Amino acid sequence: MPLFPDDYGSSFFDYLAHQRPDLVPTARGWASAPSSPLEEGRGSQVPPVAHGTTVLAIKFQGGVLIAGDRRATEGYQIAGRRMEKVFKVDAHSAMAIAGAAGPCIEMAKLFQTEMEHYEKLEGIQLSCEGKANKLGQMVKANLPMVLQGLVVLPIYVGYDLKRAEGRIFKYDITGGRYEESDYHAIGSGGKDARTTMKEHFRKDLSEDETLRIALLALYNAAEEDIGTGGPDLVRGIYPTAKLVGASGIADVEDQRIGSVYAALINERRNGD
Amino acid sequence: MPLPYYVSPEQMMQDKAEYAKKGIAKGRSIIAMEYEHGVLLVADNPSASLYKISEIYDSIAFSGAGKYSEFENLRKAGIRHADLKGFMYSREDVTARSLANGYSQSLGTIFSQEIKPLEVEILVAQVGISEHPNEMYRISFDGSIFDERGFAAIGGRSEAIQVFLKERYKNGLPILKDALSLCIAALESVTNQKLPLEGLEIATLDRTRAGRKFRRIPPTESRQILA
Repeated sequence: MPLFPDDYGSSFFDYLAHQRPDLVPTARGWASAPSSPLEEGRGSQVPPVAHGTTVLAIKFQGGVLIAGDRRATEGYQIAGRRMEKVFKVDAHSAMAIAGAAGPCIEMAKLFQTEMEHYEKLEGIQLSCEGKANKLGQMVKANLPMVLQGLVVLPIYVGYDLKRAEGRIFKYDITGGRYEESDYHAIGSGGKDARTTMKEHFRKDLSEDETLRIALLALYNAAEEDIGTGGPDLVRGIYPTAKLVGASGIADVEDQRIGSVYAALINERRNGD
Repeated sequence: MPLPYYVSPEQMMQDKAEYAKKGIAKGRSIIAMEYEHGVLLVADNPSASLYKISEIYDSIAFSGAGKYSEFENLRKAGIRHADLKGFMYSREDVTARSLANGYSQSLGTIFSQEIKPLEVEILVAQVGISEHPNEMYRISFDGSIFDERGFAAIGGRSEAIQVFLKERYKNGLPILKDALSLCIAALESVTNQKLPLEGLEIATLDRTRAGRKFRRIPPTESRQILA
């Protein structure tokens, strides 16, 4: 236990990079290949979008909802049916990730630790904006891995206690951070999900309506995109969703999601 | 070249210990006490923002008495140690025992090797979850470590507080209200004055909470508990 290591400030990420560089996701030896990866990366090596997922976020009256499907793929094979892609970060924020599963989960874990670490050292939480910026820096630090084909792209939602509203942030692979005013979706089925949300979104959505739109968007994305899993009625596996509001973060129970899907499927069956 | 003066190691240690004790004796006291749902920590601290009690990890709390700058550094080192361990292995692998050992090593090394010893006394508490007992460790300026049961006190008048509590703390875990009033009575007995609730820093490690067990109790709430 080093005693007076105060040069790391309040960042766990910086501390880890100094003390245990082997544990920082981006600092693996092979990240810096002898030939400049940036040069090579300009070619077809950079994957244009993250693969195999749909995750989305929608704002509503009481805050923001974040949801994601459960499928993991390996090429044309299904690698997992129960993947969790939506992660709680702290009491007032959550993130969902599209991209290579291992680095995604690692980034989520590191970001959770980072936020908790800051809160404990400083005695207060980072602001919503501060958290979003910090995540941008972590995405930026991941750039060498992106050039190796391991893309990690998050979407971040938080409830801004000062402004009393939910906020959505999206990122690009260079760590660029962009705030979305209403809704957003990323991943291979992101475009399909966005189309659905665009049609149904209003400014004053209630919690139930928001959940319905989110699940409908994931359903439509799953129908159009092989990388996105739909509701699995046989095994009872449904997409996961979290609600982030003034009172904190809450998981939407499987049962509630299941009943929304039952109604949606029923509508479709009768409509055809 | 002049020969360095010879000072016997015995004399040097004694001087350092005296120096450290003098520094700690100037400070106010902190009590940790087991109660029915976990561990209660109460500090005599007139500042509402400069904390003496702090969260280290899910079920672990830290408190430091003595020189603020020194125990603040120890606190930060502890949080870093815990977060690193939890990140590397898993959250349940972070234990108060390993943390207390780390503190003991650091304090012991500084006491024997540096010219100026740290003028601090620290307390590491962990609430036991699912049948595990609570753990409380008191670590003094020279790195010696004490495993406490029931209650522990650090800071300026800790010995008098321990005597006070030994007479009054009954076996069998008290409810929060009783534990809190006993802690306040103990602190008042050594300061010989009534302590306002605003001048106390109170926190609990409460095993009934989900996730992180540490929680600060503001004066408005402590008033309700005592009512």
